[in-house]
Amino acid sequence: MAVTSAPSPLRPSDPPIERFDRTERVVHWLTASLFVTLMLTGAALYAGPISTVVGRRDVVRTIHVAAGLALPVPLLIGFAGRWGAALRRDLRRLDRWIPDDRVWLRRRTRDTARLGKFNPGQKLNATFLGAAILLMLGTGSIMKWFEPFPLSWRTGATFVHDWVALGVWLAVGGHVLFALRDPDALSSMLRGKISARWARTRRPRWYEEETGMPAERLKSRR
Amino acid sequence: MVMAADERGTPVGRRVFLGLLGLGAVGVAAGATVQGWLERTVGPIVGRDPTGLGALLPIGRFRFYTVTGGFPDRSRADYRLRVYGLVDQPLDLSFEELTKMPRTALTRDFQCVTGWRVTDVPWAGVRLRDVLDAASPRAEARAVRFVSFDGAYTESLTMRQARRDDVLVAYELEGERLSSDHGGPARLYVAPMYGYKSLKWLSEIELTADVVPGFWEERGYDVDGWVGRSNGRSDEAT
Repeated sequence: MAVTSAPSPLRPSDPPIERFDRTERVVHWLTASLFVTLMLTGAALYAGPISTVVGRRDVVRTIHVAAGLALPVPLLIGFAGRWGAALRRDLRRLDRWIPDDRVWLRRRTRDTARLGKFNPGQKLNATFLGAAILLMLGTGSIMKWFEPFPLSWRTGATFVHDWVALGVWLAVGGHVLFALRDPDALSSMLRGKISARWARTRRPRWYEEETGMPAERLKSRR
Repeated sequence: MVMAADERGTPVGRRVFLGLLGLGAVGVAAGATVQGWLERTVGPIVGRDPTGLGALLPIGRFRFYTVTGGFPDRSRADYRLRVYGLVDQPLDLSFEELTKMPRTALTRDFQCVTGWRVTDVPWAGVRLRDVLDAASPRAEARAVRFVSFDGAYTESLTMRQARRDDVLVAYELEGERLSSDHGGPARLYVAPMYGYKSLKWLSEIELTADVVPGFWEERGYDVDGWVGRSNGRSDEAT
């Protein structure tokens, strides 16, 4: 039988595929906890009605600064050692865009895109949040330890911090919504593995790479 | 290891990443100018936005700071303002007695030392000078210390600063009685200085021989908090 000539049948017995290894999951949830802590304490420091309810500005600010300084640590440790091979590989995937990513970005042709491990939305989200970690750390540090810097930098840092924070709320909010709408994907960030069916239909290029088997051919592709 | 197809594409991610960092650096350098422009142009629109969604944008809004747990809440009926120290006539004023003193209205910008600014804020209250004079300060009183009923916040001014025309014991903001989150029933409003000098929830005024640094001054802010001439900042004067 020529396996490439027809859609390969769904094989429910196919073993699940590892999507995120232990290092990636630990790094993800530590970073996520820090992000949520920062978003909530940040909101309490920034938004009038929430400040009114929470108060304790000194304490909230101390938590916010500590969480901010800790934010890049899980990622850095994750990247650093032998345990970070999968994380480093996924970082490369998030960096690299293939022609099918552009096909996916056009709504009209989205269904014909044969994606790798990540879709372009995930790539943009990761790129923005990665940059946001450094931007928030840099501008937050200028806000906290402003004395060595030129006069206007503190206002400029507050300005950047405010607007990037707005972006972080939108990006993280969108990320959580998409995760909740896709329980398989969410569960793979908890348990590591995802069904072969999910991989084959949603990320065919990645499925082929992982299993060495062809994903079923997509309808509108010759 | 063999690289997968999606590991060999164009490195768009790092370009976007570096672009964002570059934008951030430009924002730090030029943000003061852009923020000032936004406060002047968009700020007034956001301030009148009836949906309240504009409040989510970081423009032209008061940010509420407290130094203790929660916001202290004291009704106007329970409110007292004590004036004591180096005076011949110590006072213990009720809110009603305070509002019977000559009323002064003042519309000025409010500038926070952390950068945000609210333009053309209408304040009303009693000139601090009038309150001080009612207590008959002694000649040796060279400074004034303020205490908040939140139990932690203190501030201070020299007698010369305290007697300026644009320093109020404010009890109205934007035409309404001052709410608790803005420092009501009554707060200090020191128009020419950064916001931290305008102590909220004012309950005690002590006349002293020397300036006693307040809560924020002990944490590094300048005692003389002139807008544009202190704390290493160059804001336009308020």
